[in-house]
Amino acid sequence: MSLGVRALVKRFANFNALDHIDLEVADGELLALLGPSGSGKTTLLRVLAGLETPDEGSVFLGGKDATKESVRERGVGFVFQHYALFRHLTIFENVAFGLRVRPRKFRPSDAEIRRRVMELLELVQLSWVADRFPHQLSGGQRQRIALARALAVEPSVLLLDEPFGALDARVRQELRNWLRRLHDELHITSVFVTHDQEEALEVADRVVILDKGHIIQAGTPAEVWDSPATPFVFEFLGAANRFDGGVRTEIVKSGRKVVVATDESVEAGALAFVRPRDFEVGGSDKGGDGVAARLDAARIQGSHAVLKATALSGGPQVSAEIEASAFRELGLSVGDVIHLRPRKVHVFAASAREADQWLGVGSGI
Amino acid sequence: MARSESSRQATGDPAWIRRSLIALAFVWLAAVVVLPLMAVFTQAFAQGGGAYLESIFSDETRFAVKLTLLVALVVVPLNTVFGLCAAWSIAKFDFPGKSLLSTLIDIPFSVSPIISGLVFILLFGAQGIWGAWLSSHDIQIVFALPGIVLATLFVTFPFVAREVIPAMQAQGTEEEEAALVLGASGWQTFWRVTLPNTKWALMYGIVLCTARSMGEFGAVSVVSGHIRGVTDTLPLHVEILYNEYNFAAAFAAATLLAGFGLVSLIAKKAVEHGIRRQKILSGEPS
Repeated sequence: MSLGVRALVKRFANFNALDHIDLEVADGELLALLGPSGSGKTTLLRVLAGLETPDEGSVFLGGKDATKESVRERGVGFVFQHYALFRHLTIFENVAFGLRVRPRKFRPSDAEIRRRVMELLELVQLSWVADRFPHQLSGGQRQRIALARALAVEPSVLLLDEPFGALDARVRQELRNWLRRLHDELHITSVFVTHDQEEALEVADRVVILDKGHIIQAGTPAEVWDSPATPFVFEFLGAANRFDGGVRTEIVKSGRKVVVATDESVEAGALAFVRPRDFEVGGSDKGGDGVAARLDAARIQGSHAVLKATALSGGPQVSAEIEASAFRELGLSVGDVIHLRPRKVHVFAASAREADQWLGVGSGI
Repeated sequence: MARSESSRQATGDPAWIRRSLIALAFVWLAAVVVLPLMAVFTQAFAQGGGAYLESIFSDETRFAVKLTLLVALVVVPLNTVFGLCAAWSIAKFDFPGKSLLSTLIDIPFSVSPIISGLVFILLFGAQGIWGAWLSSHDIQIVFALPGIVLATLFVTFPFVAREVIPAMQAQGTEEEEAALVLGASGWQTFWRVTLPNTKWALMYGIVLCTARSMGEFGAVSVVSGHIRGVTDTLPLHVEILYNEYNFAAAFAAATLLAGFGLVSLIAKKAVEHGIRRQKILSGEPS
């Protein structure tokens, strides 16, 4: 089922948690609400579920106005960050809860409940814990049970609030893959909230980026990664070297050369970004090609090496990331002069603060 | 072993201090609680077992026991319901006047029971605010069962609420939200989620409330009028017998009261055991 909100406003005390939000989620879509804490993403999810009442605007479920419907009537599935399993009930009874509380007319028979619950426990691969209590399960298992419990009532929409936020890195990765597979199997319209950009880009069909109660950008993971709408989006999606300062207007227009961190600035306030992985690093002998910089620190992190360097002509310290093997071949040590050459530079014009365009090879710092 | 050794070193008190403190606690308890309790029983049996049984099964004592249990039977369920309502609204909702309500609940703890009793005389007594109206409609409240029930209600109403509020607050609202999203009504949510999670705190409150309602003397003494066989609860009965120099009978009745107290104590211990188990179940450190 599709869902959406129109002109949604939610105020808390004296600030707008959601400030005129419009959002459409297509039927069968897996959508991520991504944003820093306080961006309003969880509030938006809770408004969709009916756990919060909006101050203005409307909520739509399957094309119908559901703003006035209570949380019971909406029939959505909700997965809480801290699982919210009923601690006094067994896993079986947790999953069966939504079926047992139905009015007698709509309540399935005990045998039918048993069949459905076991089916769901199979789906989350935890049928062997049916008789245990929530405290006997690990965090990852509890979250899978929470998901099975939400699915038991056959919701038209599944809403997940930072579902993997409280889990450790390895389990989180496992559950992400698993959620994606599950969604591909069930095709249930799903919205999940996360502050982890990697999670959003990896799992979702579409990513909606929020900040301070506004939607900043919505698009496929590739779209938001390749053409971030604002400097905020660029920096939020991943590590970035930020160069405040000037960009020569005519050069930006020609699309060939970008000048960053320089005194020759013309258009003050423009911003240029280079991701650490978008630097080519050359040794000291490769003079002339790229910007000469002094290596301040280097550290091998697993398969990558992270370098910190400062241009000889001054400016901010930049970080670059290259393959660990490439780094070893260069045989660099701290204090050496290296050459940095950005493969991709992203420029935001000062006036528009909008995405400009990718500027190709041949740029110089 | 190693851990307890090191923690002992960390607190740094020499063994003799520990031992003397423990001994002091025991001696103090013996002097203040155990000796008087033993005195009650020896006095009760001073004139032999026959006299003891006779005074216990005397009509007046039996009536006092019945009245005491009847009052508890009325008061405890009422205060359980009230306590749950108050705890539910204070722990789960934000509303104007919340802190006022929370303070009001504590009034019976801070006000002397005698004053609580006097309040009811002032309201319902013959010279009281509603006294004329009540007597013209032939309704007797003070110096009768309703007065005793009201006074006991007033004195014991914080017990359930005070135990349940922290338990409900600790529980948070997430499980209830989960129940609502799954389609449960407010009523189902209360019975299936809120109550089971607070049941031990509730039982604890009920035990304390029961013990207090059976033992209450001050407030009840003011409103009862000490009419033997009519408004005489067990604590009042003990006092009357004692004032009549009927020591053996007074102490015999007192043993019944002490017996109720001991049963409460055992029930309290059992409930505490349940609370510990539940804490382990929900993974909290006890």
